[in-house]
Amino acid sequence: MSASTLIPTVAIEEDFRERAHEALADTQLRNNFRSAMDSLMTKRAASFSDAHEREHLRALGNAVRARALSKLPDLLQQLEANLTRNGVQVHWAETVDQANEIVMSIARRRSARQVIKGKSMVSEEMEMNHVLGAQGIECLESDMGEYIVQLDNEKPSHIIMPAIHKNAGQVADLFHEKLGVDYTKDVDQLIQIGRRVLRQKFFEADIGVSGVNFAVAETGTLLLVENEGNGRMSTTVPPVHIAVTGIEKVVENLRDVVPLLSLLTRSALGQPITTYVNMISGPRKPGELDGPEEVHLVLLDNGRSQAFADSELRQTLNCIRCGACMNHCPVYTRIGGHAYGEVYPGPIGAIITPHMVGLAKVPDHPSASSLCGACGEVCPVKIPIPALLRRLREENVKAPDASPRIMRGQGSKYSRKERLVWNMWARLNSSPTLYRVFLKAATRLRGLTPSNVGPWTQNHSAPKPAARSLHDMAREHLAKKSGDPR
Amino acid sequence: MSELFYNAVPNATRVAPPLPTPRQYPSHKPRKVYLFGTCVVDLFFPEAGMDAIHLIEREGIAVDYPQGQSCCGQPAYTSGYTDQAREVARSQLALFAEDYPVVVPSGSCAGMLREHYEDLFKDEPETLLKVHALADRTFELTEFLLFVCKVQFKDSGAPVKVALHTSCSARREMNTHLHGREMLAQLSNVERIDHSHESECCGFGGTFSVRMPDISGAMVADKTRSLIETGAHQVLTADCGCLMNINGSLEKQKQALRGQHLASFLWQRTGGQQ
Amino acid sequence: MSARQNILNKLRNSLTGTTPVPDNFDEVLVTQPWTYTPEQRIPQLRKLMEAVHTEIHLSTEQDWPALLAQLVTDRQLPSLLIAPTTAHGQKVTAHWERNPGLAPLKAYNRPVEEWKAELFNDTPASLTTTLGAIAATGSLIMWPTPEEPRLMSLVPPVHFALLKASEIRDNFYQVQQEMNWAAGMPTNALLVSGPSKTADIEQVLAYGAHGPKDLVVLILEDA
Repeated sequence: MSASTLIPTVAIEEDFRERAHEALADTQLRNNFRSAMDSLMTKRAASFSDAHEREHLRALGNAVRARALSKLPDLLQQLEANLTRNGVQVHWAETVDQANEIVMSIARRRSARQVIKGKSMVSEEMEMNHVLGAQGIECLESDMGEYIVQLDNEKPSHIIMPAIHKNAGQVADLFHEKLGVDYTKDVDQLIQIGRRVLRQKFFEADIGVSGVNFAVAETGTLLLVENEGNGRMSTTVPPVHIAVTGIEKVVENLRDVVPLLSLLTRSALGQPITTYVNMISGPRKPGELDGPEEVHLVLLDNGRSQAFADSELRQTLNCIRCGACMNHCPVYTRIGGHAYGEVYPGPIGAIITPHMVGLAKVPDHPSASSLCGACGEVCPVKIPIPALLRRLREENVKAPDASPRIMRGQGSKYSRKERLVWNMWARLNSSPTLYRVFLKAATRLRGLTPSNVGPWTQNHSAPKPAARSLHDMAREHLAKKSGDPR
Repeated sequence: MSELFYNAVPNATRVAPPLPTPRQYPSHKPRKVYLFGTCVVDLFFPEAGMDAIHLIEREGIAVDYPQGQSCCGQPAYTSGYTDQAREVARSQLALFAEDYPVVVPSGSCAGMLREHYEDLFKDEPETLLKVHALADRTFELTEFLLFVCKVQFKDSGAPVKVALHTSCSARREMNTHLHGREMLAQLSNVERIDHSHESECCGFGGTFSVRMPDISGAMVADKTRSLIETGAHQVLTADCGCLMNINGSLEKQKQALRGQHLASFLWQRTGGQQ
Repeated sequence: MSARQNILNKLRNSLTGTTPVPDNFDEVLVTQPWTYTPEQRIPQLRKLMEAVHTEIHLSTEQDWPALLAQLVTDRQLPSLLIAPTTAHGQKVTAHWERNPGLAPLKAYNRPVEEWKAELFNDTPASLTTTLGAIAATGSLIMWPTPEEPRLMSLVPPVHFALLKASEIRDNFYQVQQEMNWAAGMPTNALLVSGPSKTADIEQVLAYGAHGPKDLVVLILEDA
């Protein structure tokens, strides 16, 4: 009989549990993820071989992000002013609907038929492909991994490597089936096929969409990193470039980018730098021969201001979207990205999604973790992820009428029964008398331990209390020592 | 360190605490220590608690085991029941009030005392003083034996291969994995073998193991397989939550391999009588 | 109220009574581990760039046009796109004139809209200069200009880049400081660290994703 058997397991949101269960049974998926995550972890470690440099750089990254957040509204205004001065049109959206409206109005004005996208997780929050598609506008992904998942009508399963859940054979099948090319498993050939298809799309597109890795307030600059070149293509070839980003992505100074860029590329893929670092500060100027005529930036809130409002939860917004947390997460490794069912998977997904869609929609996110802390250990900007998960659990089990209201969906896992159990547990553990009575009962009645204690015995033999508690043995031992027959 | 931001405006943007400096240990053995047994040891592995007491007493140090102790509060804390955790933590604080070191045969519970009691009492400046004082004199068992007692163990056992598993919070909050390794390295007949994915969580995570049994089960299955693959005769750990998890799984799988608390192993290997 | 106003108001409310986090930027941390002696710079740059399949040749102010011609011929490139009004463009034109029989030169001298199809489908290689390089990360610095536009270093599958040895700097921080980037950024500034690549399929590295498949750097040791 242990405390754990007294906790009634509140019915878990079926979707997450079902998805996790399916993923766990999918050997192919687990193997794909295991080897991919191992590889990414090794790469990151090799890239940060100097522990001193690594820890000080993480501290600097954290300080730079904290400084930016501490001045966020001022920096956003400064960013807007400088971007505007540079000829970039800045738009603000509280919700994804508003953001989509902004994009649609630009598309309509330009009579756009084809949109080509560089990689943007914010555009996934917006479900931009779907929204534009419903209006008859082709919105095609150009990042190879994103292109692959789009072709297969899937969502990305990782924020840096969207098709990481697939192996070469699966991609070969997909290309063969959907593109009609000869079957080939050769990765170089598959990439060349993608290159050929997408080159035509860069050529034709009316609008290019991108994300933003860092928006520099000081100079009015959008900084984008990539290895493939599709980002540069999407932001240079089409006559219109729309960049979409979260309001938290602004940094104060250009020099602030230096440590963040190093942390990002080394944490994500173990690279000293990406193939391209693309710094855009405006549309085509008179006399320039290429580049978009129009450049737009859409600043999206979508729940970030909720995280911002609470000093502890605000740290969630330090994130520079490197993916290291999910690469090191033993839960993510085993269930993959799709099981989370939302845009951002893994540890960062667990702490940011509740702000974006409300806790009621993702009530299990905060609990999808053993709090092992591997994520917090590698986060380049030192987000205290385990502490934030714990905090979200606290918000999750608050009474629905509890105040202050911190979050949408607060109290979505509230259970009177569960609360009662924990109250009893607290009473038991704060009263030496009660606790000793409990110990006596548990040890004496150990033979009555049922062999099936619900979720515990799914994976373990039934736990049996010892014949005597430590309280008992210690008291006897110490009494003997002091010669005091108690 | 956290005094800095607890004195700041409550809605101030937080900066991570400064990088920790290596812990300074007392230069002399104390005459007396408290033992904080932990609830899991109390009910499921009391022999580990007794062996911890034996190991300490053999160093000439008296052990006080306050009978009023129960649990550090971690299960409620990690489940989001902060008020309940605070209630239990407060009662423990009162029991370890004298200025003796508190030795804990569990890295995760030691970590709770040292790192998280701060958070529980962040709105009570006076209690915080007690919390800081307690944190300063809280030691995980292996740490205490190595750096305060400066033990030099002599191995009196037959050659054996072991695998060492360290709980995540012990590893990340208390560096227990390093202390465990150093401790075992003192035993000449003990060969310690690294298991694959050594630093990966065993899947216990307290209530995680019952809330998410599918995922937890997958993690402990991988952990046990990795431990078995080392060919070790024995699994050792300084954390009883993990021990319960790993042993429970091994038993269900009908595997021969079992885990033992590091304290018991050390006591037995160095000539201690049961 | 506009979305802009709502967002800014929310953020401001959340920060009531707070003061900004001070700026304690650790300059030493981002420069000291990434500082090289003059003799180390080229080797460091080469090590990083060649690790990601960049082709690097050492040359001189005098010799590079001939080297370029050789490289173009060896690769059997049907043409080479240059910026004819630049100094280096003029050197190429002059060398090509003295050596008939080389692959024809193309000029990027009109807006891309006027010749987009040709740029995309029939421009196998280009030559651009650079603003220097960063040894710490193995990166070329490029600031495209009206004379030498952005797409030159992106669309043609083979990109030749000229780099003066004296313009190789140690780290990104130093570059920003010495060149005073904070005072004003151009329409587009780039760091280019190799040919285009991706590991999106099963983590297997493949080169030539969307950007150039080949990056060939001519380092002018005496420039």
